[in-house]
Amino acid sequence: MSAALHKKRIGAEAVAEKGWLAAHKWLILRRVSQFGILALFLLGPLAGIWIVKGNLNFSYTLGVLPLTDPYVALQSLAAGHLPETLGLIGVAIVAGFYLVVGGRVYCSWVCPVNVVTDVAGWLRDRLGIKGSVHLSRQTRYWVLGMTLIGSALTGVVLWELINPISMLHRGLIFGLGAAWSVVLAIFLFDLFVMSRGWCGRLCPVGAFYGLLGRWSPVRVSAPQRRACNDCMDCFEVCPEPQVIRPALKGEDKGVGPVILAADCTNCGRCIDVCSKEVFTFGLRFNNSASAAPLSAAQSESK
Amino acid sequence: MKSNTPKTNAARRQFMFDSARMACGVGMLGLGLGLYAKQSKALPALALRPPGALPEDDFLGACIRCGLCVRDCPYNTLELAKPEAPVTTGTPYFTARNIPCEMCDDIPCVKACPTKALDHGLTDINKAKMGVAVLIDHETCLNFLGLRCDVCYRVCPVIDKAITLDMVPNTRTGRHAMFLPTVHSEHCTGCGKCEKSCVLEEAAIRVLPPKLAKGELGKHYRIGWDEQKKAGHSLIDESKMVDLPDRLPEGASLPGHYDPASGNTAAARGMPGSEAGAIPSLPPGLGGKP
Repeated sequence: MSAALHKKRIGAEAVAEKGWLAAHKWLILRRVSQFGILALFLLGPLAGIWIVKGNLNFSYTLGVLPLTDPYVALQSLAAGHLPETLGLIGVAIVAGFYLVVGGRVYCSWVCPVNVVTDVAGWLRDRLGIKGSVHLSRQTRYWVLGMTLIGSALTGVVLWELINPISMLHRGLIFGLGAAWSVVLAIFLFDLFVMSRGWCGRLCPVGAFYGLLGRWSPVRVSAPQRRACNDCMDCFEVCPEPQVIRPALKGEDKGVGPVILAADCTNCGRCIDVCSKEVFTFGLRFNNSASAAPLSAAQSESK
Repeated sequence: MKSNTPKTNAARRQFMFDSARMACGVGMLGLGLGLYAKQSKALPALALRPPGALPEDDFLGACIRCGLCVRDCPYNTLELAKPEAPVTTGTPYFTARNIPCEMCDDIPCVKACPTKALDHGLTDINKAKMGVAVLIDHETCLNFLGLRCDVCYRVCPVIDKAITLDMVPNTRTGRHAMFLPTVHSEHCTGCGKCEKSCVLEEAAIRVLPPKLAKGELGKHYRIGWDEQKKAGHSLIDESKMVDLPDRLPEGASLPGHYDPASGNTAAARGMPGSEAGAIPSLPPGLGGKP
């Protein structure tokens, strides 16, 4: 934790050990997923190939698959309006999906703003920008509650008035207008004002999906936590570093190796940057706290 | 759990302090958003919602800003409001002067809507109420100047019902007629084709939200002749009506003049020219044949 270490890039060890590609595997897959989804949406308006219509709030794929954002639908419900059957089916499909794979998979694998804040986070690290306005990570849950109560009180889908995610995504598909300024504001906010400020502290969409996937079976786990060499790379690269500690360092306290916190986005960056292959995707059930021997844990993760 | 130990007391105080801080901070944000929401309900007059749209108050709660209506509109009439537009961000609207609604028979925009923001009960596009056309400027409308533009009347998809041409004498020339485009709100769908095609630099006829375009009688108000028509007879005993004496030149008589005292109540209504009765509606020289 000295100046020498500070100079080192996050994940340098992993790159040296595993090769660049393996050390960026999940990052690349995520970007493919994020841009791929965006490309599917853009194929219609740009190339006239209509596979997906709509945007992240509601989309209709090939005239068979409706997908509805359950958070928007919930606000609408709070405002006193129930969607049509198609919209309701869409809610069920999306909610079911994230219940299984983890709610905040939406954040790290789908949301276009995540790309913006990830770049801000990366640049913040590269430029060595220190210091950040403190704001509790619980703030987003308060904002979430406020938007639901507010929707009920005003009769308006409240967060959609300013939601930068839909502004950006809808903007890219239907015409950006001044939405770029909102996105730029979030980028600069994350870069200069508050480290991981938007996604990690303020955004109620992420908070909602976090709660939705509270009990999801698909989790990042640290079965090889004994191999951890305290390089701190996972903590530094993680957008929600508080979720790692219990799983990674909890062996003595009888805490299992699975990251159970709802805030974990299942982005897999910790898996990427770890040169010791401590982390892996797994199921929440494989969470026996009893220190499994290294070899046993290894075979289990296979 | 003991609640009076100093440690738990401090923790409780801290918790309450943190909660209060959050509630206040986020409450401020909520207040701002709420005021913004209230303001956003004021749809600008010239932004029109798709057919079947709920009243603005409900629409903003039901619409999930997905743009499916925009996608299924074959004429690219609809667009989603950009953040800088005066319409609530992300909601669909159209500007009649740019691209009006073509009033598709199958109303694809309503069918595409995954919510009830667009009323799926609307199956006859002629029953749509996107707004009401209003001939807003009598000073520049060419027909009001005595010319025969008639374009708004000609393009109206509900021609002769939603817009009629009403003939009145042209008092400027004293010898011509003016054909005034007249909107009948019960038939007007607010599609905006009239506004789009108005030949003026700025349209003299515009589609406004019904709220802006229409007056409304008091709920208690009854229109006598309608009630009479409904009942089949006058609702009062007209023979007992006190009628003020008519001041007429000596010896003059007005045939068919409404005079309940002498039992003459129905004749005037049956006569051509209706209520106007004996009063000549046209200046001398205009009423008869040339």
